[in-house]
Amino acid sequence: MIASNLPALQVVIPLLAAPLAVMLRRGNHAWLWAQLVCIAALVVSFALLQTVMSDGPISYEMGGWAPPWGIEYYVDAVNAFVLLIVSAIATIVMLAARTSVAAEIAQDKQSLFYTAYLLCLAGLLGITITGDAFNVFVFLEISSLSTYILVSLGRDRRALTAAFQYLIMGTIGATFILIGVGMLYMSTGTLNMLDLAARLDPLSESRTVQAAFAFLAVGISLKLALFPLHLWLPNAYAFAPSVASAFLAATATKVAVYVMLRFFFTIFGVDLSFEVMPLGFTLKVLALLAIFAGSAVAIYQDNVKRLLAYSSVAQIGYMILGISFASATGLTATILHLFNHAMMKGGLFLALAAVFYRTGGVSVAHFRGLGKTMPWTMLAVVIGGLSLIGVPLTVGFISKWYLVLAALEQDLWPIAMLVLAGSLLAVIYVWKLVEAAYFQTPDSEAGAMVREAPLSLLIPTWILIVANIYFGIDTSLTVGVAQTAAASLLGIGG
Amino acid sequence: MLAVTALSVVFLRDLFTTVMLFGIYSLLSAGFFVTMDAVDVALTEASVGAGVTTMLMLGTLALTGRKEKAHRKPTSMLPLAVVTVTGLVLIYGTLDMPFLGDPDAPVHQHVAPRYIEQSYEEIGMPNIVTSVLASYRGFDTLGEVVVIFTAGLGVLTLLGLSGDSPHRARPVAMGHHLVLRVIARALIPLILLYALYIQFHGDYGPGGGFQAGVIFGAAIILYTLLFGLTKAERVITPVFLRYMMAAGVLIYGGTGVLSLLLGGEFLNYNVLAHDPLHGQHYGIIAVEFGVGVTVTAVIISIFFNFTGRGSQPQEEKQ
Amino acid sequence: MSTTLGLYNYWIVIFLMMVGFYVVIAHGNLIKKVVGLNIFQTSVFILYITMGKVDGGAAPILDDAVTAYSNPLPHVLILTAIVVGVATTALALALIVRIKEAYGTVEEEEIHSQDESL
Repeated sequence: MIASNLPALQVVIPLLAAPLAVMLRRGNHAWLWAQLVCIAALVVSFALLQTVMSDGPISYEMGGWAPPWGIEYYVDAVNAFVLLIVSAIATIVMLAARTSVAAEIAQDKQSLFYTAYLLCLAGLLGITITGDAFNVFVFLEISSLSTYILVSLGRDRRALTAAFQYLIMGTIGATFILIGVGMLYMSTGTLNMLDLAARLDPLSESRTVQAAFAFLAVGISLKLALFPLHLWLPNAYAFAPSVASAFLAATATKVAVYVMLRFFFTIFGVDLSFEVMPLGFTLKVLALLAIFAGSAVAIYQDNVKRLLAYSSVAQIGYMILGISFASATGLTATILHLFNHAMMKGGLFLALAAVFYRTGGVSVAHFRGLGKTMPWTMLAVVIGGLSLIGVPLTVGFISKWYLVLAALEQDLWPIAMLVLAGSLLAVIYVWKLVEAAYFQTPDSEAGAMVREAPLSLLIPTWILIVANIYFGIDTSLTVGVAQTAAASLLGIGG
Repeated sequence: MLAVTALSVVFLRDLFTTVMLFGIYSLLSAGFFVTMDAVDVALTEASVGAGVTTMLMLGTLALTGRKEKAHRKPTSMLPLAVVTVTGLVLIYGTLDMPFLGDPDAPVHQHVAPRYIEQSYEEIGMPNIVTSVLASYRGFDTLGEVVVIFTAGLGVLTLLGLSGDSPHRARPVAMGHHLVLRVIARALIPLILLYALYIQFHGDYGPGGGFQAGVIFGAAIILYTLLFGLTKAERVITPVFLRYMMAAGVLIYGGTGVLSLLLGGEFLNYNVLAHDPLHGQHYGIIAVEFGVGVTVTAVIISIFFNFTGRGSQPQEEKQ
Repeated sequence: MSTTLGLYNYWIVIFLMMVGFYVVIAHGNLIKKVVGLNIFQTSVFILYITMGKVDGGAAPILDDAVTAYSNPLPHVLILTAIVVGVATTALALALIVRIKEAYGTVEEEEIHSQDESL
C-alpha cells in the first residue's frame, strides 16, 4: 500500500506535517519534527527515482479520478531527479538549522519558522511532481507564500522590504502563469499536462496559444530570476535568515527551471517553442546577459550573501543557456547543473551561516583572517568557490563541460568562449573572499577571538562540499539520470 | 463601471477612498459573476474579496495613514510602456478566442461535459461546482486550504505578539453604544446560524466551506468590534486559534489519509463507506468541514493580529 | 464586424487588468500597490469566468428544469484563485504594517533613501 501510493506521500507527508509543527511550542521540538519529516521525504524521493529509472514513468490518480477529470501525479526521470535534489537539500540544510535558527530567530517564532520551511518544501515538491497545470499554480503559491514568510524572519529590517518586493514580483509572475494556463485551457479544454501536449500539437498557429506561451515564459522567468527579472533575488537571499537563504538558494529557482522545462518541452513541444516562437534566441541572449551582468555585479558586492546571490543569477544564466540549445547535450547540461548548483550554493550558504554565527556579520571585512581562525569553514568556501568557477574535479566543471560541448555541437564557438569567460569573472569574486580570509588580518580584537564553527554547522556544510567533489569525479549517477531525463523531454515534446 | 472605478484608483491620493473604491470594484465583479452564472464564485468574491480584503486594507490604513505622497519627479514612461506591451500581447491572444457564450468552444467539449453529465451518478450532488471542487479536483482544494493556513501563519509570524509587548494597542471597544449592543446580540447568533446553513447546504446551492468560514469569522469579528479585543481573546484564545487553524487542514488531509488506509488512492472517497455514493457524501462533508474550520480560524486570527498591533492606543475611527 | 463584437468583452477585461498592473508597478505607495495587484487579479478572474459562460446556460447546479449549463470548471479554478489572492493580500498588508513600524513610512522612495544611507 505504501509503495503504490508513494507519489502522493511525497507531498502529503510534509504538507500535513506542517500544521502539526505549528502546534509545537518549543523551537527544538519543532526542529526535530521537521528534520524527521525531511528525511522521510528524502527516502520517498529516492524510492521514486529508483522506480522511474528501472520501470519508466509513474502515473498516479489523485482521488481515484482518472485524468483529465481528476488531478494526476506524473513522475518521470526529469522530475524524480528534481524531487531528490529538493528533499536532499531540505534534509541537509535542516541539520544546520537547529543551531543557526536558535541564534538568528526569536524564541517564540522558531516553530513558525519550521512550519513555514515544511510548507515551502511541500510546495516545491508539489510543483515538481504534479501532472496538472493548474495544480502547479496552487502549489507554486504555497511555496511562494511560505518563502515570503521565511525571508521576512530575517533580523535586519531590510528583510521586510525584501520580502515585500519579492511578494509583489512573485505574485505578478504567478498571475502571468495563471493567465497563460487560462489561455491554454481556453484553447484545449483540458488542464492535464500530457493531454495538453497532445491537444496543442495542431494548434501552433493559434494566436491564443502563442500569447499563452509568452505569458508563461515571462511568469516562469520571474520566478527563476532570469535577467532582467531577477531584481527580487539579491535582497531576498541577503536578508533572509541564513538557513532560509541556504535552502532557497539551492532549491527554489531549480524548481522554476524545472517548470520551464516541463512547460516548454513536454507541453508546448520543441517545435512550437523553438521554431514558431523565438525561444532559443531570446533565451541565449538573456542567459548570456545574466552570466555577465550577474558575475560582474557580484564582484562589487561587499555583503557576501549578496555576492553569492548575484552569482546565483549568473549560474541560472548557465542553466537557461543549456535550454536554449534545445539539444540533448544542452538539456543534459541544464539538468546536471540543477543538481550541481544546488550542491555548490547550498554548501556555500551553509558555510556563510557558520561565519555569521561566529562573527555576527557577512561582509567581506568579516572574512578577514578566517583562514586561520575558521580553517574548515574557509576550506569549504574555497572548494565551493572552485566549483563555481568550474575547476576540474568539481561538479562545476562537469556542467560547464557539457555546456561547452552543446555549444560546439551547434558550431557556436563564440558562445563557448563566453561560457569560459564567465568562469574568469567568477575567479575574481571568489578571490575576493580567499584574499580576505588568508591574506588579511582581522580588524579588531573580537575578530581575532573567533573560533571554528560548531560541528552542527560544519557537518552539513561538508556533506554538501564533499558531494561537490565526489560527484565531480564519479559522474555516472548524475549524468546517467540527466541524460535519461533530457531524452524524455525531447522525445515527448518533439 | 468597472473601468471607471479602476481608473479612479490610479489617480486618487486619499487611500481611504481608494480602498472603498476597491471594495466597490469587488462587489461589481461579484454582480458580474452572477450574470455569468457563476454563483459560487460570486458569493466567494463578495465575502472574501469585497469583505475580507477591504476590511484588511482598512485595518492596515488605520495603522499606517491615509494619504499617498505626491510624486516629486515626473512619472517615468517605463511602467506605461510595459503595461501597454502586455495589454497588446493579451489582445493579440484574444484574436483566436471563441466568442463569449459560444457553446462549441473547446472549453465546453472535453472535460466539462463529464462533470455535468455524470457527477450526479458518481457523486450524487446537485451543485456541480462543489462536486468538482471537493472531489474531482479535491487535491487542489486541499492546496487551497493550505494556502489559507499559510496566510494565517504568515500574519501570525509577522504581527503576532505576546501580551505585554510595546507594540500592543489598547483598543477601545465600541460597547457603550447601547443600540449597537442590543442589535449585535440579536444578530450574531443569526449570522452564526446562517454560516452553518451555508456550510452544509453547499451541496445543493451555492456555498460550502470557504464562504461559511468567512461568514462565521465575520460574526466573531462583529463581536470583537463591539465588545473589545481583550474580551474576545479570553473566549477565543490565540493558542486555541493556532490549533484550530491546523485542525482544519488536518481534517481535510486526514480524510485523504483515511482513504489511503482503506485501500484507495489519497482522497478517493469511494472507499470511505459501503457504497461509492455514500462515500462521496461523507468525504465531501468532512473536507468541506475542514475547510470551514481553517478559514474561520484564520480570519479571526488575522483580525486579532491586526487589531492587536498599533503603537498608540486606538480609538474609534468613525 | 462580428469578431469585434464577440471579443470586445475580453478587451474590456484586458483594459481593467492593465489598469491594475499599472498601479502595481508605477505607484510608490505600498498600499496602492496592493490595491492595484488586487484589481489586476480580480480582472483575471473575470476573464476566466467569461470563458465559462454558455449562451442560454444556467448556473451549474443540477435542476430538472434546466437544459444547458455553464461550465463549472472555470468556477472551481477561480474560487481557488480568489482564495490565493486574499491570502497573498493578507500577507502583503501584514508586511506593510511591519514596514511602517520599522521605517516610519510606506512610500517606496523614502524607504529606499533610508536604506541607501546605511
